[in-house]
Amino acid sequence: MTTATTSTPNVTGKPAGGNLRFYGVWLIGVIALIVLPMIFSSGGSLTSFSLIGIAIVFALSYNILLGQTGLLSFGHAVHYGLGGFAACHMMNAVTSHGWPVPLPFIPLFGGIGGLVFAMIIGWVMTKRAGTVFAMISLGIGELVASSSLILRSVFGGESGVTTDRTALPKMFGWTFGPQLQVYYLIAFWLVLSAVAMYALTRTPLGRISNAVRDNPERVQFIGYDPHVVRYLAFCFAGFFAGIAGGLAAINFEIANSAYLGAIQSGLVLFSTFIGGTAYFFGPILGAILVTYLQLGLTSVTSVWQLYFGIIFIGIVMFSPGGIAGLVMMHRPLVRAGTLWTVIPSYLVAIVPTAALAFGVILTIETIARYSGGDAINLFGIGFKPTSPVTWISAAVLVVGGAFVARVTWRRIADAWDRAATVARDRGYLA
Amino acid sequence: MRKLALAIAVIAPMLGHAAWAEDTIKIGYIDPLSGGGASVGEGGLKTFQYLADELNAKGGILGHKVEIVPLDNKTNPQESLVQAQKAIDAGVRYITQGNGSSVAAALSDFITKNNTRNPGKEVLYFNYAAVDPSLTNEKCSYWHFRWDASSDIKMEALTNYMKDTASIKKVYLINQDYSFGQSVRTDARKMLGAKRPDIQIVGDELHPLLKVTDFSPYIAKIKASGADSVVTGNWGQDFALLLKAAADAGLKVNWYTYYAGGAGGPTAIKQTGLDHQVFQITEGFANSGNQTAMDYEKAFRAKVNLSLWYPRAVNEMRMFKAAAEKANSIDPVKVAAALEDLKFEVLDGGTGFMRKDDHQFFQPIYISSFGKLAANDPFDEENTGWGWHGVSKVDTAQAMVSTSCKMTRP
Amino acid sequence: MLELVVISTLNGVLFGMLLFLLSSGLTVIFSMMGVLNFAHASFYMLGAFFGFQLTKWIGFWPALVLAPLLVGAIGMAVERYGLRNTHKHGHVAELLLTFGLAFAIEEIVSMIWGKSPLDYRVPALLDFPAFTIFSTNYPAYKIFMLAVSIVIFVALLVVLKRTRVGLIVQAALTHPHMVGHLGHNVGRVFMAVFGVGSALAGLAGVIAGPALVTQSDMAASLGPILFVVIVFGGLGSLPGAFVASLVIGLVQTFAVALDGSLASAFGPLDPSAGPSVLADIWNVTIAQVAPIVPYMLLVLILIVRPMGLMGTRES
Repeated sequence: MTTATTSTPNVTGKPAGGNLRFYGVWLIGVIALIVLPMIFSSGGSLTSFSLIGIAIVFALSYNILLGQTGLLSFGHAVHYGLGGFAACHMMNAVTSHGWPVPLPFIPLFGGIGGLVFAMIIGWVMTKRAGTVFAMISLGIGELVASSSLILRSVFGGESGVTTDRTALPKMFGWTFGPQLQVYYLIAFWLVLSAVAMYALTRTPLGRISNAVRDNPERVQFIGYDPHVVRYLAFCFAGFFAGIAGGLAAINFEIANSAYLGAIQSGLVLFSTFIGGTAYFFGPILGAILVTYLQLGLTSVTSVWQLYFGIIFIGIVMFSPGGIAGLVMMHRPLVRAGTLWTVIPSYLVAIVPTAALAFGVILTIETIARYSGGDAINLFGIGFKPTSPVTWISAAVLVVGGAFVARVTWRRIADAWDRAATVARDRGYLA
Repeated sequence: MRKLALAIAVIAPMLGHAAWAEDTIKIGYIDPLSGGGASVGEGGLKTFQYLADELNAKGGILGHKVEIVPLDNKTNPQESLVQAQKAIDAGVRYITQGNGSSVAAALSDFITKNNTRNPGKEVLYFNYAAVDPSLTNEKCSYWHFRWDASSDIKMEALTNYMKDTASIKKVYLINQDYSFGQSVRTDARKMLGAKRPDIQIVGDELHPLLKVTDFSPYIAKIKASGADSVVTGNWGQDFALLLKAAADAGLKVNWYTYYAGGAGGPTAIKQTGLDHQVFQITEGFANSGNQTAMDYEKAFRAKVNLSLWYPRAVNEMRMFKAAAEKANSIDPVKVAAALEDLKFEVLDGGTGFMRKDDHQFFQPIYISSFGKLAANDPFDEENTGWGWHGVSKVDTAQAMVSTSCKMTRP
Repeated sequence: MLELVVISTLNGVLFGMLLFLLSSGLTVIFSMMGVLNFAHASFYMLGAFFGFQLTKWIGFWPALVLAPLLVGAIGMAVERYGLRNTHKHGHVAELLLTFGLAFAIEEIVSMIWGKSPLDYRVPALLDFPAFTIFSTNYPAYKIFMLAVSIVIFVALLVVLKRTRVGLIVQAALTHPHMVGHLGHNVGRVFMAVFGVGSALAGLAGVIAGPALVTQSDMAASLGPILFVVIVFGGLGSLPGAFVASLVIGLVQTFAVALDGSLASAFGPLDPSAGPSVLADIWNVTIAQVAPIVPYMLLVLILIVRPMGLMGTRES
């Protein structure tokens, strides 16, 4: 069960000035993190940003397994959850013993929690890759989640362990009561973890992990033990997942068995794959999208699960490289300067495609709300689910949209082929 | 793929928060509206929306319109906190929730912290169904008010009934292995032991929550124990499957339950054909015999197309109005103060009161059994043709428990 | 004691056969195509709901035939228009496709049939106690489920091992190109395999629906236990899945029947002086952990014998 993605080291062989661009990207990221809460300062967006930050660290840690080492895990949330519990217990211990540990150091203990468990369980788990690993991780995930309800003195039963982040020793006079301060704490750890995980991909270990993913036999021939490599990658992934869990514990001030469960494991798998496992920034995009959908969809439609499902099926089917794959597809065109030949066909396609999407949404909402009779509000246009006008417009949008959209998509494909051919001719690989 | 990218872009602008009018009272309703618990959560939502409409038709609360803001928590504590934060950011000052004691504990803790950290922006938490006793004992909070009878109150009422029922000799306890199930089990042991020491507890089983597909081994044990009565707090599929397995094996016992009336419960009982052998403990039921309540039930069913599962929700909303009027304010701090020790005539008749010490509402409790409808029982459940029949009413004074709550008051 | 052993064995076998009924389709798909079909439980749910609806319209017995065919057709469509395009992108993509499908199916089902449990009854013809042992009744419907499971097992075994079709299917798995060169349409073989697997899930749904709870969350509540069955039994081994179902059924049943904990076994050695987590482990009864025992078995067998109980290959 190796991913079909190929390793594309996107930094090697970079032209002069690439260094500058490389640091520039990171710098822009950091600045964006600092500035974001100043632009969107409402409490709701702060909460969302904090959750997205946590999801990014978690998804990046998962990609150490899935993208880099080719290990499909169904139980990654175990490390996340144990990290959360470790952080909660540490916070409570700090408060009750009066240790001089301020809050910003707490995620480290979360990381240690995740790491310790990974070290204990990892050696037997990583003996094999593929289905065997996937299934063991599924079993371990289920075991730990169930045990957390049985071992009440550690996990606090299903109500979990609560803590108070403001009770810890202060740092720079910050109490970490307001969400803004928590956001900056999460942003700080996000940058730290992301840099560390990126650096990890550049180390010999990171490289040999890729080799283990692609061809473990050859790795053995050149004198490395794939088992050890997998084990090390597993430990690193556990550590960073633990950090994410620790951050979540700080954000929610509670850790409970839902942290460890299959849903959490499934979500991180989703985020990572949707974002794209072949590129470092893929999981970041995936985590942002999935968290955003999770937070936003539920408040606008009762059948959010259906949209969730449709979006994922669509991405898997039409863009198996994830969002990152889609973005990077355009790189050769940008370099060759042929991107502009494609853009007009994109613009043309927007209209019918939007109509199609609009029609699909209208159809789903009509069916979902038919019995309840609640009005549908799409971009300020009101529709009554029981009225034939709605049904007809939905049908027209779906059928007409699909018909016209197909034509425009074909045009995109043609334009794309031409542009890619030119790019290839100019020496940029498509 | 582009289609999808666009679809996302199309949905995105819809994701903003809806704007609400300033002077409405927004009550955030946080319960599962998708996934496993959705059938229960939706019933509750419809109930609260009905109650809000009812209040609004009569001029709202102190002239303010009441609006229910549905928030889907997927029965997940973290998700609940996110939703609560979202609601508070959107101006919600009252939150009501019921399903899941783990959610309730997390919410109570969250709201207490929120109120300490944001003075002047306090939020009240009205709990209509989470029955873990700890919420009004060791984990009690000034900002949490509970209208449902906690599991120990229900057990107090049930054991007061059982102690006068001479035919009960051997009791078997089977419960879900989590805090609620455990408290049912320990309370049953303690209270039965004190009130009827001659009753033998012939079995005491905890099984994992919502993970058992085959209850026949448990039924075999109940059968082997010779029990004549089973006490269970099981709900949802754990209740339905337990009862089905019992009926399949031909087990003849009386079932004393907390949630036989929950979504799907009546359907399951009817399938097994256990006529008037399943009892439930509630603060009210459709055929309670109280004319006002039965008229209300009729109107409710006609409009909502559901049974009134939560008479306590009616009490909650009406008491909220009473407290606001008493305080002459819709400020949560003042409403909270007015709610304390407030006496109130409950929907099914009789007086209840919100105890100041722990913010637990005490009210009369009913024991009813499910089966073929008697002549004077008009309502059936879930179109089964069977309904609840009153067996016993336990007065407020007989349904009181002490508390260990040491409340921190603002 | 004899009563306990006899009843528990019976219950265990019945439960085990239910598990096999539920997992047989998954075994077929997983072992033939290597696809981790997370939507399997959703197909099972579709079977139950189709069964319920068709029973209402045309009666249980026609529904028993029609509903699985419908589910099988849906499965084939999923393979043809979904999985086949995704196949080249690897197993993770296939798996995520079925993941997304499970989400969508659950929501569609609850849009059509609502979220409350349905009143799906055992057919009147089978609604009587088949026999009574130690004053415990065994309903005829359970015996019917047992019979169906065994019929499925034998039929699958015969088809796969004894017929030409079975040989082609097995060959297509390991040597798709060779099979293609021999003039067989490999794509169609896979589509048929997926269809049969889905139809088996649908059949399980029609049959298990009345016995369990027919509700829109029934797929989610089934959980990953089916994966445990087929992995424990050994990938690609139908007899393995059969044995694993029996083992897991019996182990779970006996775990419930045996009322023991470490505390009761070694009472005097109570570690209450130690940390409280030990006390938790000490006092937990076997019955409490019964449902997680299969996962322990799974982890243990994969560590000791990665190909599973009767498997011949690792993936």
